[in-house]
Amino acid sequence: MLADLLGSGALGTLFPNGISRYAVGGLLVGGATAAIYAGTGIAAGASTFLESSLSYVSGQSRFQQYRPSRDWRIVFTVGIVAGAAVYAVAFQGEAWSLTGSAWLTEVQPWRLFVGGILVGIGTRVGKGCTSGHGICGVGSVSRTSLVGVATFLLVAIVTANLVAAAGVGP
Amino acid sequence: MPLVLVGGLVFGFGLGFSHMARPEVVIDFLTFEDLGLLFVMFGGSAVAGLAFWTLPKLRSNAPLTGRPYGRRLKPFDRKVLIGGSVFGVGWGLSGICPGAAYASLGVGNWPILYALGGMFLGAYAQGVWRSRRAETGTAVPSDD
Repeated sequence: MLADLLGSGALGTLFPNGISRYAVGGLLVGGATAAIYAGTGIAAGASTFLESSLSYVSGQSRFQQYRPSRDWRIVFTVGIVAGAAVYAVAFQGEAWSLTGSAWLTEVQPWRLFVGGILVGIGTRVGKGCTSGHGICGVGSVSRTSLVGVATFLLVAIVTANLVAAAGVGP
Repeated sequence: MPLVLVGGLVFGFGLGFSHMARPEVVIDFLTFEDLGLLFVMFGGSAVAGLAFWTLPKLRSNAPLTGRPYGRRLKPFDRKVLIGGSVFGVGWGLSGICPGAAYASLGVGNWPILYALGGMFLGAYAQGVWRSRRAETGTAVPSDD
């Protein structure tokens, strides 16, 4: 496997888990986005689902504007959840998973929750997330998305390093 | 719709397979412990880019919906920088982004519900705030 070939030396320190899982995963994510686009013309991003689904329970104009797309966004999200479940079932305990596929994150709940709130605000104010800006937008060579990705990537790197430097546990 | 479902399935499977659904892996990436996620982002955008680049040259609209093929372009303004920065802090703190969070739930990682709950709260808060502003600022009639 490619991962084994790249598993030693300098590349080994940059990619301690090899690259094959990442490359295959990226191709699947990109391929899925491409297939949806090819059939429907939709550039499928993940974060608008957060707002479009709120249109079912809230009459706020900001959420209601997503009514036309809210149904396919739910289908897309259900697909993501189910696809990941298929992965977990198919690769349970396989050698190329970190510690077996059945894992629970050890990142502390407050980090997930507070981070989640900021992700909810930021992705919607900033017009896109890792899939909307990162996959569809960069794929479209959209200058807005390139700047967006550079912004959130840079800030995330600084944040993660600060949190690690502060000695916050998992 | 069936295509969107199948696409979502593959998308979610890919996020699971790439381990991006795992916050620890994202945090390792952001702290330069394991740069593998570069391949997910660039691999994904390269494949998607191929479709976004070639399809509009072959056809004017999508076969299933009749929707015109276009690139994903959004107008640039300060909000992209402000929102991107807020998202960056959240991503760096939690190690999870929306698509990966849905996938993470599918893998059975239930603590991710904390993050998903937070995302909905955050999206709701900014939505209410911006709806109000839109209504008072430009007198857009309210829907409710």
